[in-house]
Amino acid sequence: MSNPDNLKYTTSHEWVKTEADGTISIGITQHAQELLGDMVFVEAPAVGRHLAAREECAVVESVKAAADVYAPISGTVTETNGALDGSPESINEDPYAAWMFRMKPDNAADVNTLMDAAAYQVFVDSEAH
Amino acid sequence: MTTLKQTPLNAAHRAMGAKMVDFGGWDMPVNYGSQIEEHHQVRRDCGMFDVSHMRVVDIKGDGVRAFLRYLLANNADKLTTPGKALYSTMLLPDGGVIDDLIIYFMNEAWFRVVVNAGTADKDIAWMKEQVASHAPNLAITPRMELAMIAVQGPNARAKVWEALPGSQELSENLVPFSAVEMGEMFIARTGYTGEDGFEIMIPAKAAPFFWAALAEKGVKPIGLGARDTLRLEAGMNLYGQDMDELVNPLESGLAWTVDLKSARDFIGKAALLAHPPARKLVGLLLTDKGVLRGHQKVHTAHGEGEITSGSFSPTLEKSIALARVPAEVAIGDVVQVSVRDKMLNAQVVKYPFARNGKAVL
Repeated sequence: MSNPDNLKYTTSHEWVKTEADGTISIGITQHAQELLGDMVFVEAPAVGRHLAAREECAVVESVKAAADVYAPISGTVTETNGALDGSPESINEDPYAAWMFRMKPDNAADVNTLMDAAAYQVFVDSEAH
Repeated sequence: MTTLKQTPLNAAHRAMGAKMVDFGGWDMPVNYGSQIEEHHQVRRDCGMFDVSHMRVVDIKGDGVRAFLRYLLANNADKLTTPGKALYSTMLLPDGGVIDDLIIYFMNEAWFRVVVNAGTADKDIAWMKEQVASHAPNLAITPRMELAMIAVQGPNARAKVWEALPGSQELSENLVPFSAVEMGEMFIARTGYTGEDGFEIMIPAKAAPFFWAALAEKGVKPIGLGARDTLRLEAGMNLYGQDMDELVNPLESGLAWTVDLKSARDFIGKAALLAHPPARKLVGLLLTDKGVLRGHQKVHTAHGEGEITSGSFSPTLEKSIALARVPAEVAIGDVVQVSVRDKMLNAQVVKYPFARNGKAVL
């Protein structure tokens, strides 16, 4: 599965999608779910919480391990994906549809500081060596 | 960077799409696809595991039994029928666990021992040291040329019989926890999953062919990830997590493997008798949402404890754990576990959690 061109990516393997209403959706990448394996639990941040860029704010747990999820940029949590509570495995099945939470960015332009799909692929390849 | 050790099945794992990881210095398959599916595969049908990283050690010579009587916490005198196996710990003089192992009684001049991969060198050095001072005529021979494949699950034995001509006649009457030789192979009705099945020792050069024959009969490969959740559900200890040199077997849920009744002396016995256990190993079932993991703190009405192994149980679809807690903690108690910044509720339960395809809580 390739990384969609319409998303932005972080070095901690989150993807970020800018929605029509100006909020951003955050999930974890194909590469991250592959590393973690079968997902069994997701803990999303509380709605209304303000997050600094790079702040630890959520957790995904697979059978194997727990991994922190970081806020890609600063902003306020507006919504969490309740559907993941009952089916965390949808992160494995379709990581780019399984968003974990949404934020209203403090500054919408901050999204442009993140990697695009090509840069992220180079980053993943470089980590493998 | 050190080179990882490889089993004779390394190429086979890669060809089957395994995700390989560094497992205590060995390049081993952690899963081939979904770990949870591999887990269910073993509980519901059968699967095969490469456990060639474990070490087979033969102890031969006159007086092996007397030596093992002194070396191990369980009593080798329980083994009276050739082929019978016994699970035991091997202790330090202070009662700490050097390793847990299985011994097979072959004849009065030959016992076979299977030890853990990560502790094998230390174990063999310890055995040799004890032999030197107590039974210098005994020979301790690590069988590096033997690979080991575990086939586990309700259909495991039947699949082995299909894949290995001649094996059924020899092994169909094996009672659980016993073994039989088949030429250069060794078939044991043992395992680490809580399911029926065999662990089969086979010369390294033949192992890839046997593995391929099993695959051809539809036996799926299972990685070390599922091996860990299977053994945890089955309530089986993992060395280095649930016990190590810093704890004794009585505080590790292994009192049933320690023979303190017979008159014989064994290494560690005096220390065990001198210090009644203040802690014990219990099962935990998480009633809140989340996943229990090793080293998380457990808060009880009788003091603090610690999770030794924790994971998600695919059979129960809940998180379970083994935890070392104060001895006063009772089955049914509700305890709290520190998980990151939260305190989650868990119930103290009697383990195993699941065996023979079913939840047993």
